[in-house]
Amino acid sequence: MAVGLPENIFITKLDAAANWARSNSLWPMPFATACCGIELMATAASRHDLARFGAEVMRFSPRQCDLLIVAGRVVMKMLPVLQRIWLQMPEPKWCISMGACACSGGVFDTYAVVQGIDRFIPVDMYVPGCPPRPEQLLQAVMDMQAKVRRTGTVMGREFAIRDMPAGPAPFDSDERYRIEDTRLVQLGGFSAAATSAGRGATQG
Amino acid sequence: MVCLTELQQKFGSQIVESHFRDNRRIDVPASTLLPLLTSLKTDYGFSMLVDLTAVDWLEYDGATDRFSVIYLLLNMDSGERLAVRVPVNLPEAVLPSVYGLWRGADWMEREVWDMFGISFSGHPDLRRILMPEEFDAFPLRKDYPLKGRGERHNFPVITRSGS
Repeated sequence: MAVGLPENIFITKLDAAANWARSNSLWPMPFATACCGIELMATAASRHDLARFGAEVMRFSPRQCDLLIVAGRVVMKMLPVLQRIWLQMPEPKWCISMGACACSGGVFDTYAVVQGIDRFIPVDMYVPGCPPRPEQLLQAVMDMQAKVRRTGTVMGREFAIRDMPAGPAPFDSDERYRIEDTRLVQLGGFSAAATSAGRGATQG
Repeated sequence: MVCLTELQQKFGSQIVESHFRDNRRIDVPASTLLPLLTSLKTDYGFSMLVDLTAVDWLEYDGATDRFSVIYLLLNMDSGERLAVRVPVNLPEAVLPSVYGLWRGADWMEREVWDMFGISFSGHPDLRRILMPEEFDAFPLRKDYPLKGRGERHNFPVITRSGS
């Protein structure tokens, strides 16, 4: 049984070897739209030093990145941009949703703000906080590394099975009630005013 | 100082003046808006349009008109300020554009159009400025719900295996 391996040689699986390498050189794509972006910059700066985890190479081209960090609220005008950036990133790629706004819309429950990016793009890791401390983002990067090492495969088989949206359905039931309520409100007040407020983009 | 009786002689007695603290405000009907503003600029030296905005008075106690459009003017030489307020009602919420008087009105009128749906005839490029072009409501109208009518959820969903 004893097969003598020469020195400096060890045996592992290809999946493990590849994802050990990948997890230690995550290249983040900073999608920073709000105050979380400031914390993201602080995480990469000297005091907290994201380079200790091999993730300091922030590239502003999605073609060179494999970790999308969405830091801040995403408005409905920005969401198609975010989706395009996600699609432009080469495989394998991961996504961290940083902060309350990116995860759920936060306090911005208005017509313009998307209520969580996971409704529209896949998310691997959520970071709570408003904004999260740099330590929390560091923990998320470390957890992300652990997840890559634990579940990663060379050819990305673990991605192919995730064919369901990560987040809740785009239209909650209360959203539907609200659309109905709008029609009731329009019956009151200035009668001439009520009719031409514009048709909703999606009515059903 | 702009004399109110002088303006009333020129543009009719429907012009009303009111004050709030040291702010001076005149209400004018839409029909005399453009000649009045032209006169304020050329004769009275209001060379700067500080702001152009609107208010929706829907369900406001005592309101008689649906919208007010407000022009904040500044005389750069004397420092005098004046607010000109004009009522607008649906369904024909149209005012003459003041782009010809103050170029700065360009984006402000686009913003009022985008948010309130008040259009400005004679504006060279009246497009939406804040909301995306395919948006088809006017969000600052009071009969528009705060959370919208589902526009924020009207996007394709990208799954991990599909991207």
